[in-house]
Amino acid sequence: MTPAAEIHTITLTVNGERITRSVAARMHLVDFLREQLDLTGSHLGCEHGVCGACTVQVDGVAVRGCLMLAVQADSATIVTVEGLTDSGVLADVQEAFLQRNALQCGFCTPGMLTTIAELLTVNPDPSRDAIRDAISGNYCRCTGYHAIVDAVQNAVAARRTKEAAE
Amino acid sequence: MSVADQMKGLTFLDRPNSYIGRSVPRPNAKRLVQGRGTYVDDLRMPRLVHVAFLRSPHAHARIRGLDISAAKAAPGVIMVATGADIARVCTPWVGVLTHFKGLKSAPQYPVAIERACWAGEAICAVVANSRAEAEDAVALIEADLEPLPVTVDMETALDPGTPVIHADLGDNLAFERTLDVGDVDGAFRHAAAVVENTFSVGRHTGVTLEPRSIVADWNEGEEKLTVYHSFQAPHMMQDIVCKHLGLPEASVRVVCKDVGGSFGIKVHIYPDEMATVALAKMLKRPVKFVADRLESFVSDIHARDHRVKAKMAVSKDGEILGFEIDDLTGIGPYSVYPRTSAVEANQVVNLTGGPYKHQNYRARARVVFQNKVPMCQYRAVGHPIAVMVTEGLVDQAAHAIGMDPAELRRRNLIRDDAHPSTAASGIKFEKLSHQQSLEKLLTMMDYDGLRKEQAELRAKGIHRGIGLAAFIEITNPSAAFYGVGGARISSQDGCTLRLNPQGGVIASIGVTEQGQGTEGVIAQVVATAVGVPMSDVRVVTGDTDATPYGGGTWACRAAGIGGEAAWQSGKALRANILDVAAVILQSTPEVLDLREGKIVDKATGVERMPLAELGRVAYFRPDTLPADLKPEFVVTRHYVPKDYPFAFTNGMQASYLEVDTDTGFVKLLKHWCVEDCGTVLNPQLVDEQIRGGIVQGIGAALFEHCRYDAQGQMLNGSMADYLVPMSSEMPDMDVGHVVTPTASSELGAKGAGEAGTAGAPAAVINAINDALRPFNAHVCVQPARPEEILRALGKV
Repeated sequence: MTPAAEIHTITLTVNGERITRSVAARMHLVDFLREQLDLTGSHLGCEHGVCGACTVQVDGVAVRGCLMLAVQADSATIVTVEGLTDSGVLADVQEAFLQRNALQCGFCTPGMLTTIAELLTVNPDPSRDAIRDAISGNYCRCTGYHAIVDAVQNAVAARRTKEAAE
Repeated sequence: MSVADQMKGLTFLDRPNSYIGRSVPRPNAKRLVQGRGTYVDDLRMPRLVHVAFLRSPHAHARIRGLDISAAKAAPGVIMVATGADIARVCTPWVGVLTHFKGLKSAPQYPVAIERACWAGEAICAVVANSRAEAEDAVALIEADLEPLPVTVDMETALDPGTPVIHADLGDNLAFERTLDVGDVDGAFRHAAAVVENTFSVGRHTGVTLEPRSIVADWNEGEEKLTVYHSFQAPHMMQDIVCKHLGLPEASVRVVCKDVGGSFGIKVHIYPDEMATVALAKMLKRPVKFVADRLESFVSDIHARDHRVKAKMAVSKDGEILGFEIDDLTGIGPYSVYPRTSAVEANQVVNLTGGPYKHQNYRARARVVFQNKVPMCQYRAVGHPIAVMVTEGLVDQAAHAIGMDPAELRRRNLIRDDAHPSTAASGIKFEKLSHQQSLEKLLTMMDYDGLRKEQAELRAKGIHRGIGLAAFIEITNPSAAFYGVGGARISSQDGCTLRLNPQGGVIASIGVTEQGQGTEGVIAQVVATAVGVPMSDVRVVTGDTDATPYGGGTWACRAAGIGGEAAWQSGKALRANILDVAAVILQSTPEVLDLREGKIVDKATGVERMPLAELGRVAYFRPDTLPADLKPEFVVTRHYVPKDYPFAFTNGMQASYLEVDTDTGFVKLLKHWCVEDCGTVLNPQLVDEQIRGGIVQGIGAALFEHCRYDAQGQMLNGSMADYLVPMSSEMPDMDVGHVVTPTASSELGAKGAGEAGTAGAPAAVINAINDALRPFNAHVCVQPARPEEILRALGKV
């Protein structure tokens, strides 16, 4: 057996669930999430770390799922778009995407949302330029980005309004 | 008289529960933001196996032999199939149509048998239990390939000494079209100024974020082949699979669930996808092929690759007198099946000079074979080339005679009151709004203010440019596009509606969804036409077993053609419902209406009966209805445009940008578009089609380029090397509308998906040249990379 095909056992937390699986050494994190856990919300757009469609949260940081091996995620905490959805942490941004039509084909959207989740954690009130900078590693071929920037701004404005009311 | 007409004084826009013209969210988008889409690669099915292809490393090579023994013995491998193996199951095709007279091409096989004709053509297939194992085994195939002389440069493809790619065809000329209208020589003889240039539009490709994907499953017990396909035209695929695998129509079902971007990339027949279908037939189990990004770059169709020598004659007072163009385009080694690779050059001839009044036009277009990736239709086929040439010359002419470029356009655009009209190329316009569009655009952008700002900044050494571009766009194609040439591609579409007992409506329709919002727009139209809440409408698309026969979504036909079919179907269902309601209520249909799921008194709006009650009676207690009443709650209506070959739209774009004359970098500051797609069914969806289209046009203008070396090797075939627009470098875009409905349909909607891509490159290139004007420098190459700009400035 080649080293790449060697099987390793990993234990990690994915979307709040404790999971133990056997994986080949060469398997990428996003392939593991998709193929072994059926978490098909993370997408493969380029498999060489450029397009951002496979972006997932690893220990709270947005990471390219195609540039990390599953074995490297042993004991990590992973959150995918399915987890972000179930926890509701990004529900307002998702709703803003829907209302502003900030997605067309939807293939980039899970990665885009994961990057935006990280942005809003480090910068809760980003400018238009800051939003454009933050998502510049997430390619979208459909929207031209304008609507995505609008949607993030709309969600942020709604958060400010809600905070002011509280 | 239609139901809508019966509501005196009210159009469908004013109906009490109209969703038309409102920016309602797309019902199918919510699951996509939750990561719950179903793209082909997300499907899970028993006994699924995976195919990977060995692809030719040479642009042209004879396949002397393939040693597949090691690959066959590799772990997880189920089958290794050569081109000859697959040809026993799937016949070859030739990408020609009869309405392109003289178009020729060679037979193309799913997997090459004797020769590979481009670097990236599949030459052997391996099926294994996982994609990784299939790729491992591909690496073990020993291919004995004899490199052959290559034809790469389209400029020399027709020279006597250049190798002919398909000897049987005699030469490398796939297609030629010429046109000579009016008195072109006279126009140029009497011109105050003649401007000319050679325009180059580089090869680029679609880069759909979801790569091409297909799962085919042959179930021998059912004699049924099911093809799950990331594709735009399921019925076309069904027909072609039937033809080339020798199967009856009833044995083939094509299902297109969520599609992760298409842009015209996913509307062609691809050899590797046909091979996957053939392998499923051979193995009697599901086989999956998902292109990885590296093979996408060398197997997805490429687009454009045009060189146009063009000139334009203008009088001293700015009247455009005539155009002459000579277009040359390289399409790779085969004309792509079944739409052919002659369409783009044909469109360049049709569209160049199209917005203007002149009637003197001479054109030649030549389409040549070369050993590069096949070239075919991509978003806004031909338009960006024609618009760049036309608008580039118009700007040059304005400069030559010292007239403002907006004023020169104002004097020459076909007048809004001059329709119907015919362009010099022969294309027919029902009704356009160039003049209104230009004036609206100039107001939106504050043209005069920007000119003032530009002049002030120039004094400070800051070089900004303003670029304008008028465009026309082909939408709502009739059978004139493909059907008349023998292509079995439907130009008509149907919509079937079914009323369910609780008042829900299922709409199944032949047009398809790839993110444009097709399903949302159809739900809006159906809800409005029938008179039910939009939340009660469920739209089914992309399934040849479940929808009426139709063309799918391409060439901007989903809203205009699918929408009209849905509208007519909705009106018919509503009439049927009111007939039954009148019997139950002992009334007449004329005094009743259906609004928001309730039967109401038409005059007062007072509710007479919930639709669910009518459904209960009709479905569960038909015994209480008169014997001669036969409720018909499933209706189908079809639509195809017949009075014009195409519903042309029009519009105007503008770009404002800054050029760094030391680095050649371009900073996009703002972009504007005013377009006229007739009735706007959903303003937000239209605006986002325009914006997305603009950015794809900007990609072509500044970044996207399939770069080749002299041996026919693509040099930048990865996402890291092939540049696509990123959010940080894209501008905000203002979109405005003029509304000129087509009279060909009741809804009056035309297409909007390609307008942005049609006009944006010309606007950007014109803006760059406007910025460079003080330096007497000129760029007429797409993409206008910094290097091109520095070259124009004489700095490199």
